[in-house]
Amino acid sequence: MALAQTTDATPLIVPGEQRTDALSRWVSRYAPTLILGVVMLILPTITTPFILDQIVGWTLILGMIALSLMFLGGYGGMVSLAQMTVAGVAGYMIAVFGASSLPKISLFWPWWVAAPIAISIAVAFGTLVGALSARTEGIYTIMITLALASAFFYLTLQNWPIFNGFNGFTTIPAPHFLGVNWRSTIPFYYMVLFFAALSYAVVLYISRTPFGLALQGVRDNPRRMEAIGYNVTAHRIAAYAFAAVIAAIGGILLVWQNNQISPFSVGVDVVINLLVIAVVGGLSHPIGPFVGALIYVILRTFALDALTFIGLDGRRFQTLIGLGFLVIVLFSPDGVVGLWRRLVAHTRAPGRNGL
Amino acid sequence: MAVTFGNEQDVHGAVGGNALVRWIGRNPIAAFVIAIAVLFVFWLVFAPWPDGFQAVFGKKRLFVDALLNGITLGGLYFLVASGFTLIFGLMRYVNLAHGSLYLFGGYMGYEATQWTGSWLFSYLIAFACCAVVGVAMQVLIFRRMEGEDLRQTLVTLGLSIIFSDLMVWVWGGNAIQIDTPDYLSGPLSTPIVVSIKSSGEPVFLHYARVRIVILAAAVAIGLGMWLALHRTRIGRMIRAGVDDRDMLSVLGYRVQLLFVLVFAFGAGLAGMAGIVGGTFQSISLGEDSNFLLASLVVVIVGGMGSIPGAALGALIIGLSEQIGVVYFQNYATVLSFLIMVIVLAIRPQGLLGRR
Repeated sequence: MALAQTTDATPLIVPGEQRTDALSRWVSRYAPTLILGVVMLILPTITTPFILDQIVGWTLILGMIALSLMFLGGYGGMVSLAQMTVAGVAGYMIAVFGASSLPKISLFWPWWVAAPIAISIAVAFGTLVGALSARTEGIYTIMITLALASAFFYLTLQNWPIFNGFNGFTTIPAPHFLGVNWRSTIPFYYMVLFFAALSYAVVLYISRTPFGLALQGVRDNPRRMEAIGYNVTAHRIAAYAFAAVIAAIGGILLVWQNNQISPFSVGVDVVINLLVIAVVGGLSHPIGPFVGALIYVILRTFALDALTFIGLDGRRFQTLIGLGFLVIVLFSPDGVVGLWRRLVAHTRAPGRNGL
Repeated sequence: MAVTFGNEQDVHGAVGGNALVRWIGRNPIAAFVIAIAVLFVFWLVFAPWPDGFQAVFGKKRLFVDALLNGITLGGLYFLVASGFTLIFGLMRYVNLAHGSLYLFGGYMGYEATQWTGSWLFSYLIAFACCAVVGVAMQVLIFRRMEGEDLRQTLVTLGLSIIFSDLMVWVWGGNAIQIDTPDYLSGPLSTPIVVSIKSSGEPVFLHYARVRIVILAAAVAIGLGMWLALHRTRIGRMIRAGVDDRDMLSVLGYRVQLLFVLVFAFGAGLAGMAGIVGGTFQSISLGEDSNFLLASLVVVIVGGMGSIPGAALGALIIGLSEQIGVVYFQNYATVLSFLIMVIVLAIRPQGLLGRR
């Protein structure tokens, strides 16, 4: 039947027409992505360095780390709170193997040695977290990863020989190469944009590969996947390992952006804020974490002034974050992205408009 | 009916005894090692030490102090974690606002002692306040999202963010200490010999009276809970609900009422624990996440949803923290997380947990 249809249909369509048809469909499908991409590329010419560095830079970096959480939570059904910790491990390792203001600890290796080592150690750590929590499910994962994340926090707080305890590391320089100082605002922005876009694209691609589909199968029904011969635990651990790569790159960029890392960069509240970012943005699509990060960064930057402006105590920023989170969880379980999707579906559905 | 009830009790008792005997039969070497270790610790505590020991363990006073502090801290952890594990066991969500309830109870108890001057009365106030908050959470929020464990857990997270910020608003960031009442302050002489004076006269250990009272109260509450769970009708309902709440509901029991009661009781216990914590440590900003993490670790080590597991886990974690403070200063907190990781790797369901 299907074969008959294709043979019937082919001669009817003129090749040129078919191409324009496909092109227009391709354009309408990818138009939002293209527009966003172009805007991001020309952004340095239309905004101030402050917005570029403090708003967009933070959004992309936190978005990347939250993206690794979204990949595990959205496609794997494993809400891991240890992703910020994986990023923190990478950040600490780049300070230990690379340069910092502490010659006693830092090894001052060049960035192209230090960065791969930092990423490998962070990925090994992320995989270990996965191996410890992959045999459990759902809310157990939250408990175990939260406990592991705080274990790392206390380790960095109490360990002086490697993590320099309470103080952490400062002045960790971003690399200079190809004659460019990659920490100056515009090159750093493009570097961050490159990695954020790359990880976004890779997550989107992986979600459609056999591995990604199997992972979503594991999320929906691990028992059935086990029964048809998939190794559920191996898929989960592999997902943790992949997510750790993204988190680790995000962690290194975070340290370069922030120019310092201390136990309070991986504290329990930071870990929880990352989950807030991912959930508020939405765990159903890789764009969600970036949307969540943008909302979070804007709130964090401007809430104090805004709250004081309308006559409230500016220090109640956390209450605002908590309330926003609560409202999203209560009314839109798939975050802002889900809200947007429902809005689009609502305006496009002709039956509803008629009513 | 009375006869059946009696038989049922006998059967239960026999099963409990047999389980231990069977476990020993299956693991004779482990049982032997544990028995020797327990006997050795008893001997360490009660016998005067031979000369060589001081070189290995330090002063005996230090060791016994650490042991007793660990056991009392375990008692406090048990008060917090037992409510947590009971709520988890029955309702299947991780109440991430449990630490906030602990802190709230501590602050309410502090206010009550300031107003009424009665330390014992403040327990009632703290229990009642936290129970009311618990009932409100259960009725207003969790009942609306029945069966969605992950969302319920995320809601508790949002609540904990809001609660902690509001408590900072009201009580500020400074640590608050609840005064020990006069009739409980001062040391109590124990029959444990710490050292022998040159005159041959034994020196007995003195230990804070209030800590011993609190430990006794924790043990009494633990036994009371065990009795209530195993000897009363409502206890049987709770145990049945932990095993299969759908079936319990189908049989016509009022599961929702049971949920409210258990949530109120667990929250109230956390509140009372807040006063205990405020009396022998102090309560301040950040204690909420500390105690949430302590309950998480205790429950993961002991077994999720199991009351005896919470007791065992609390004892292990309390001891490891206090002994860690004395013998591995820099890694005291990490030690308990290390225990958690080992338990997770060997027995993911916890020491006394069931699959």
